[in-house]
Amino acid sequence: MSSTDDLEALAGLADPARRRLYDLVAASPHPVGRAEAAEAAGISRTLAAFHLDKLAESGLLDSHFQPPAKKGPGSGRPAKVYTRARQERTVSLPPRDYVTLAAVLAETVELLDAQDKAEQAARKAGEKLAAGGGDLIETLRERGYEPYAEGEQIRLRNCPFHTLAEDQPVLVCSLNLALCQGLLQGLGQDPARVSLDPRPGECCVAVSKTNEN
Amino acid sequence: MHLAQLNVARMVAPLDDPVMADFKNALGPINELAESTPGFVWRLKGSEDDPTALVDHDYGDFAVTYSIWESRQALWDFIYRTSHLPYLRRRREWFHHNTVPSAVLWWVEEGEIPSLKDGLERLEHLREHGPTPHAFTFKDFYETTTIPRHISSWVPSPQTT
Repeated sequence: MSSTDDLEALAGLADPARRRLYDLVAASPHPVGRAEAAEAAGISRTLAAFHLDKLAESGLLDSHFQPPAKKGPGSGRPAKVYTRARQERTVSLPPRDYVTLAAVLAETVELLDAQDKAEQAARKAGEKLAAGGGDLIETLRERGYEPYAEGEQIRLRNCPFHTLAEDQPVLVCSLNLALCQGLLQGLGQDPARVSLDPRPGECCVAVSKTNEN
Repeated sequence: MHLAQLNVARMVAPLDDPVMADFKNALGPINELAESTPGFVWRLKGSEDDPTALVDHDYGDFAVTYSIWESRQALWDFIYRTSHLPYLRRRREWFHHNTVPSAVLWWVEEGEIPSLKDGLERLEHLREHGPTPHAFTFKDFYETTTIPRHISSWVPSPQTT
């Protein structure tokens, strides 16, 4: 479902510079300052600050002040930094509401004590999604997981099922695990590389790198 | 205020049965993880020396988890965002399905350690009346509320329609 607010917030992304800044902040593992954003986007610091504040105003980014790394006199003022806002924005025309229905179905799975059956279905769904073949990282990126490398693992920064995972974490994370196992299976890779390895603020699933990586 | 949590579960076999082995072996590490998680305050232990000991009680044939946390986020992150989650996923290997609520939350004063009896009464309250500020769940959560001491001190806002 969409609201006027969501539509207005997303309309702000039509500006290419603003879109670039948003993507940059969203992909960053740490809060991004004005100077860093300006440099990465190849625009002036003043222009970057203007667009970043517009994005914060519309609720797409959150901002806060970070004290300077060095303490004491001469260390400068706190720097304004930006992170992606946690709030979801959805615009669907005509209006659609799959989250409410999914929540009802998730509740039903709990009532029926049918998590194992749901996991089987999720695994099949994952295999189907991967049916076209292709690269694992690219597939995960297309599914919205925002993969990144860390040590021997591929970690996933974003949970595509966040709202439902907050509501029914055990079921939804189990289904996500099964779905990812299916994805690897469908891509002709070893599904045992996927495991539940949750962390606050990230997807619950991690994929171990293979030897050929 | 701190957040208290009580959970009950009926095991499919005695703790020493082979089917319970993975669960039993996880008790030590998971209890240790809970205690070292930021925001952990207290948990009811089965034994001071044996981390795999379950809480011994006379209230029926079920295992009890009972703990206190500084906030909802601290407890939520421990339950669902640590290596505790993979064990929760496998809960059906070790515990019977419950058709009534098996977990309850409620607020306690900082420093207060409620009795097991109080915790079980909260669970009973949840089962009978559904989620209320007295006994609630993560899904139907109640924030701490400050109730005015004297009703006379409460003045309705002029904007109230």
